[in-house]
Amino acid sequence: MPRTEVKIGGFGGQGVILSGYILGKAASIYDSKHATMIQSFGPEARGSACSAQLIISNEPISYPYIVSPNVMILMSQEAYSKFSPELASGGTLLTEEDLVVTRNLRKDVLHYSIPATRFAEELGKRLVLNIVMLGFTAAITNIVAADAARNAVKVSVPKGTEELNLAAFNKGFEYGLQLLKKEPVAAA
Amino acid sequence: MHADPTGVLAGAHFMDGDHACSEGAMAAGCRFVAGYPITPSTEVVERIAERFPYIGGIFIQMEDEIASSIAIQGAAWGGIKAMTVTSGPGFSLMMEHIGLAAITETPCVFVDVQRAGPSTGLPTMPAQGDMMQARWGSHGDYEIIALSPNSPQECFDLTIQAFNLSEKYRVPVLFMMDECVGHMIERVVIPPAEEIEIVERRMYGGPKEGYQPFEAGRDLVPLMVKAGDGYRIHVTGLTHDERGYPNMSVGAQAKLVQRLVDKIRLHADEIVQFQEHDVDDADVVVVTYGITSRTAIPAIEQARAKGMKVGHLRLVVVWPFPEKRIRALADRVKAFVVPEINLGQMVYEVERCAAGKSKVILVPHGGGTVHQPKDIYTAIEKSLRGK
Repeated sequence: MPRTEVKIGGFGGQGVILSGYILGKAASIYDSKHATMIQSFGPEARGSACSAQLIISNEPISYPYIVSPNVMILMSQEAYSKFSPELASGGTLLTEEDLVVTRNLRKDVLHYSIPATRFAEELGKRLVLNIVMLGFTAAITNIVAADAARNAVKVSVPKGTEELNLAAFNKGFEYGLQLLKKEPVAAA
Repeated sequence: MHADPTGVLAGAHFMDGDHACSEGAMAAGCRFVAGYPITPSTEVVERIAERFPYIGGIFIQMEDEIASSIAIQGAAWGGIKAMTVTSGPGFSLMMEHIGLAAITETPCVFVDVQRAGPSTGLPTMPAQGDMMQARWGSHGDYEIIALSPNSPQECFDLTIQAFNLSEKYRVPVLFMMDECVGHMIERVVIPPAEEIEIVERRMYGGPKEGYQPFEAGRDLVPLMVKAGDGYRIHVTGLTHDERGYPNMSVGAQAKLVQRLVDKIRLHADEIVQFQEHDVDDADVVVVTYGITSRTAIPAIEQARAKGMKVGHLRLVVVWPFPEKRIRALADRVKAFVVPEINLGQMVYEVERCAAGKSKVILVPHGGGTVHQPKDIYTAIEKSLRGK
């Protein structure tokens, strides 16, 4: 896989940074790829905008910052307005269906959405919406192998919540696979 | 000698540079840290504070950086490996005690996660503005060793090396990180303890009678004792003789200061460490350190793809500076290009060693982020134009 830049955006409390961390861990520890994550440093208290930047590549990563993201995972309206213009042409946009209204959606990107919060609530904990999004990402894009991501989820979430989180991952993953059957394959 | 497994968190981790530095220190055997937490170095001491109780270490959150930088020296004389951690404003406050560590030959490590300055500057953003301060920040004549990591993995590996060098030469070692490397998260592989080479302090074990704590052998590094072992020792920042007692004579000053400087300068070939890539056929060599050694790579690759003969020399140990190597290269390359996240610091060293024999072009950056590769590319292109 060539250098692929990923930006994850949402508001504090949604697990944006943890999502980036799990993706990076999946790629670099369980999928023998290279990953570099940069946390945006700011007032990431609950409710405010925050983002994680991640680069995944088969080759060692020299330049550590993202320049033109190929994949975006957005979980808030603010993140959509702020970040989606930066997405590379031909890139993949993944949004939380109920939290993001994709106004003025760009024609040059592939867009997929998932009601991750609703699924998370059905599973019993709204908190796991970020892991639903991760499962969805693993299904739609090729940035990380599903099993590598599952391994990373298992070791990164609080002890005792592994099963719930894996169920959340699988929910997002299955939904993504179903969606792909209906829509064209994304070239991440 | 191998690392004590107690402090070694062996395995593959996805970890930031600050935490990797903490793990490196613990693997190296550091069991005392004093600090006044400051962005962007806070995560180093956070992890130390969390992990130390489990491995028998002591962490003290001190009242300020002046106290932190002296507390570690007390710990070192108590027989423990010690470190303090800071960033620009705190680093400035520690300068006096870098000199004290130098003259008392106290092994200790100062970690500086650089942010943009001067003064409070940009607390959460990277710079490389403390490089000359690291070398010259304390008054008087002395030598230190400084290293510059470019990844979380190196924050682990080179922190161990920092401790090893500090123990071997009884000198303060400055670990010059920056915000980008400190907060960057990447894979960090921590090997099992038996694969980690550790340099232990060389202790004096001879008779107590007639013992001279600052008498050095041929390697110019005296053997150490620790307080409480029954040896008569006196540790002072005043110019002292071999017994450690103040001696206000021109002769004692000349002898002591010359040895403090020579113990590093005469061992420079062993201490200096750099990495080279494509230097043999190069017309221009890009000299980098720290995060700049990574931001320069796309620029160098682009230039080589266009047929320019560009090499890369990356400093791992920044001080002592690899004078011999730069002098030798200056005899045959057309130019050096030096990108730095400051308005010109290490470039003066390159200019000094190039001595007018080849052009030296600085690619300055005021700090707050890292270089854009295109700026470094433009400088490479420019360096090959004209004479």
